[in-house]
Amino acid sequence: MATFRIPPVLRTHTNEQVQVTASGSTLGSALEDLFTSFPALRERMIDEDGSLRRFVNVYVDDEDVRTQQGLDTKLDDRSSVIVLPAMAGGAA
Amino acid sequence: MESQIEVSITDAITRRDQGAAWVDVREPEEWAASRIADTTHLPLAIAVARIVDQWPERDTPLNISCASGMRSMRTVQELRQLGYTDAVNVGGGIKAWVAAGHPVESSAGLTPQQLERYSRHIAIPEVGIAGQQKLLSSRVLLLGAGGLGSPAALYLAAAGVGTIGLVDDDVVERSNLQRQLVHAESRIGMSKVESAAHALAEINPDVIVEPYQTRLNADNVFEVLDQGWDVIIDGTDNLPTRYLINDASVQRNIPVVHGSIYRFEGQVTVFQPFEGPCYRCLYPEPPPPELAPSCAEGGVLGVLPGIVGSMQATEAIKVILGIGDPLAGRLMMYDALAGTVDTLKLRRDTECPACGDGDRLTGLIDYEAFCALPAR
Ligand SMILES: [Zn+2]
Repeated sequence: MATFRIPPVLRTHTNEQVQVTASGSTLGSALEDLFTSFPALRERMIDEDGSLRRFVNVYVDDEDVRTQQGLDTKLDDRSSVIVLPAMAGGAA
Repeated sequence: MESQIEVSITDAITRRDQGAAWVDVREPEEWAASRIADTTHLPLAIAVARIVDQWPERDTPLNISCASGMRSMRTVQELRQLGYTDAVNVGGGIKAWVAAGHPVESSAGLTPQQLERYSRHIAIPEVGIAGQQKLLSSRVLLLGAGGLGSPAALYLAAAGVGTIGLVDDDVVERSNLQRQLVHAESRIGMSKVESAAHALAEINPDVIVEPYQTRLNADNVFEVLDQGWDVIIDGTDNLPTRYLINDASVQRNIPVVHGSIYRFEGQVTVFQPFEGPCYRCLYPEPPPPELAPSCAEGGVLGVLPGIVGSMQATEAIKVILGIGDPLAGRLMMYDALAGTVDTLKLRRDTECPACGDGDRLTGLIDYEAFCALPAR
């Protein structure tokens, strides 16, 4: 089970959980598993073509998946996945 | 075989020319006032420990000096006990050096008050007199005199950054005071730039504040940016301004220290144009409004901007002095509740519309409209 770190703006869709786990050997399959638990996340992260939305960055073990294999990036049980969308606003 | 424990100025010079390191163990104020060129300054209290770190080889040739040769003799004796067979005392110290007609460097340009005020900076080898002079002649532009801008402004002013530009069009409100420490109860209702200028003048009379009581937009951004800033600290809180600042600063090649905060979490990175990624390399397009709930009313722990804004000030100083590894190409994420820090690797996108290798955006666009586009 890979660990996903959910950003504040998406936590309303994960019952306010910061860390959630999902199983899958690639980022794409783990996300599918995640979306079965938290369906509202899909629209926020994936576009109509099934690609990661351009304003959502995903890091597997601190590396941007766009510099790896995107949704095909391999995951293992120790993988840590950080989801980082562009933040609208902030609280300066 | 051990060298003789004390040498003359002439012999010390010969040893230096043959490769001996020269360490001055006087206090920072003495070092600031006059010193021998190309000597390493390690004050007495830390000298031995730092020498052991820096030159672990026990046969390293070392000249140790102070004002007259008394204090440095103690250092030499301690070093000999640790096995430094070629550590020698420079007899007569800098007084003998001057008496023999050799030149000294001094801290021309820094007043005695400045030497005192910045003595803890001057004592750091990475800063020193030269670094402090650099800070005093540097110019930092702060976007936002709010949560992030407050600690950044306070620390940069205290650090002696010569000119601080402040851009903000707000006035001080009571709800700001939970985190915006550059303001005060007595200045509620005053413009934030004026209130901040007041606080900074109280801290350090060396600092010149250039206030810009305005909100940056495509029409005025270059007027403000084209004032010779060494670095910009972005403490703004909305996406249109983030994209505006990004495009304008890339076009003017000014590094931006980016910070953002939300509830218990903060992020810092440095956008160094063309060397590291820019904001658009990370997010070429803003999220459409319907998929990006605004965080503007989201709340924040009052301490958090203090931490993140202080990190931004630290990064700005590193950029100005050219020391250490700035957070360019790295994003530091701090989670105060979890007590964790993650550092993500960010890469420059060669196809970035702002800083990529192909056709780049020239000029600016309508950022409010850009950020209000529906999902594609
Ligand atoms: Zn870019």
